[in-house]
Amino acid sequence: MMPEQREFLFGKTYTQLTTVCKDLGLPSFTASQLADWLYKKQVATIDEMTNISKTGREKLAARFDTGISAPSKVQVSSDGTKKYLYTTSGGKFIETAYIPETNRKTLCVSSQVGCKMGCLFCMTGKQGFQANLSSGEIINQIRSLPERDLLTNIVYMGMGEPFDNLDAVLDSLEILTSEYGYGMSPKRITVSTIGIIPGLKRFLDNSKCHLAVSLHTPFDEERRKLMPVEHVYPLSKVLDEIRSFDFGRQRRVSFEYIMFKGLNDTARHAKELSRILNGIKCRINLIRFHPIPDTPLEGSGRQTIEDFQQMLNNKGITTTIRQSRGQDIYAACGLLSTKELVKES
Amino acid sequence: MSDKLTHTILRKIKVNSNEEIIPGIFILKFKRPFTFIPGQVIGITTSEQITARLYSIASGKDDPDISILYNRVEDGKLTPDLSRLRKGETLLVSDPFGSFTDTRIPSWWIATGTGVAPFISMIRSGITEQKTLVQGARTRESFYFSGELEKSLENHYIRCCSGENLTGYFPGRVTDFLVAENNLPTDNMYYLCGSAEMVVSTRDILISRNIPFSNIVSEIYF
Repeated sequence: MMPEQREFLFGKTYTQLTTVCKDLGLPSFTASQLADWLYKKQVATIDEMTNISKTGREKLAARFDTGISAPSKVQVSSDGTKKYLYTTSGGKFIETAYIPETNRKTLCVSSQVGCKMGCLFCMTGKQGFQANLSSGEIINQIRSLPERDLLTNIVYMGMGEPFDNLDAVLDSLEILTSEYGYGMSPKRITVSTIGIIPGLKRFLDNSKCHLAVSLHTPFDEERRKLMPVEHVYPLSKVLDEIRSFDFGRQRRVSFEYIMFKGLNDTARHAKELSRILNGIKCRINLIRFHPIPDTPLEGSGRQTIEDFQQMLNNKGITTTIRQSRGQDIYAACGLLSTKELVKES
Repeated sequence: MSDKLTHTILRKIKVNSNEEIIPGIFILKFKRPFTFIPGQVIGITTSEQITARLYSIASGKDDPDISILYNRVEDGKLTPDLSRLRKGETLLVSDPFGSFTDTRIPSWWIATGTGVAPFISMIRSGITEQKTLVQGARTRESFYFSGELEKSLENHYIRCCSGENLTGYFPGRVTDFLVAENNLPTDNMYYLCGSAEMVVSTRDILISRNIPFSNIVSEIYF
């Protein structure tokens, strides 16, 4: 018989830690001590929390584990990108990509095991959906990363759709950006979505982190073929929501645009993009398509991507071309998958 | 009402019935308060504190009631409460929205589980001409609306049963059926509805059979 799994402390917000202390009959200030040990001193066990009374630690240990879990595998790309494999509490697997550049070190974290969204161009979608990650499992990808002290930016662009697991994502963002937690600037964190509107509204109202939206074509009919979500949350409505929100001067919205040969890389697309994004202060990131098995899609050539960038820049939209990183270890955009491991487990 | 907010504004509705048709699977009905296009979804919840989830409408466009087919997820946030609702109790419902609507012929509909809902809505709305439905389930009792579908679609209704050997049913999953089927027309439309796993696997098979991805329309439950 499997031993009953204890609840995890890591990933609980200050409010949730306060509830834990209240339930266990511990002094209310123990919540601050717990947050300090978990998120500032980054201990891995309850035993190490030495300013909490022995009785208190025993009560905590009887019901909780910290929930810290080191990566079980790492692959290193020729370009320096590293892909880490983490095991979740349910015995499933997620991948996390560490992308070092000269001026910034970015970590691309996962929010779900697999994904329900079924985008035609994405490897994660091909494994279906297995589980939501808890807030702790999301932050553990950062906490347990060997390079954690080097990180400058966090992007929620790994496996899963963050707004399909928004409670855990919002809790993780609170812990990352709050004083009791990691104290990171929200300007260093970007959450990417395909545009689940109820989640988008909640995220905009309850977080100060940057927003990225996977756009990929400005035309509704084309987007439906690439992204089933378009049937229920069409891009036009997503843009209406974004347009009606005051992003202020610090918060940024960007649009991700994977370039597919002959499908979304024409002057007609650039013209329509500039039309539908009119009135939104934003930038567009053009992304080279990384082919996945059995895909009917082809990536645009380099010159086409550069021409497309120029067309958008000429229309006044700041447009960058994202460098492909970690393609040789399947760490690049759209390639994360633990499908084979899921089958074996 | 702002069109932009149609799906987020919830109206109070009285439940007409909420029947458990087989263990864990329910059909909930309430008086139709709006017009809709077959294939559209509505957001449903039992209280403003619980995020509304999307369900395909399973009734015909002129039916007096709206029917919703759903399964109770034991550790879910909504469906345990939803399954306890009785006649006369209140439900919160959005206006219909979505564009998973079949306007082209001929077409194939491929569904598993409660994913059959948009197609039964189309059939109940009189959309049957040149339609072929491939429905997948594990057991005989899980082929929801089977009698009605058989009557409407006759030999254009294919049941794939993966958990039992039944006469007249294809033995295996819908994906097994599609792999075995030699006559998948490349110029037909294909509408898929069900879990992410089913939809992505089915889509891959169709693409491998030279069906252009522009002819494949998917609806995924999330």
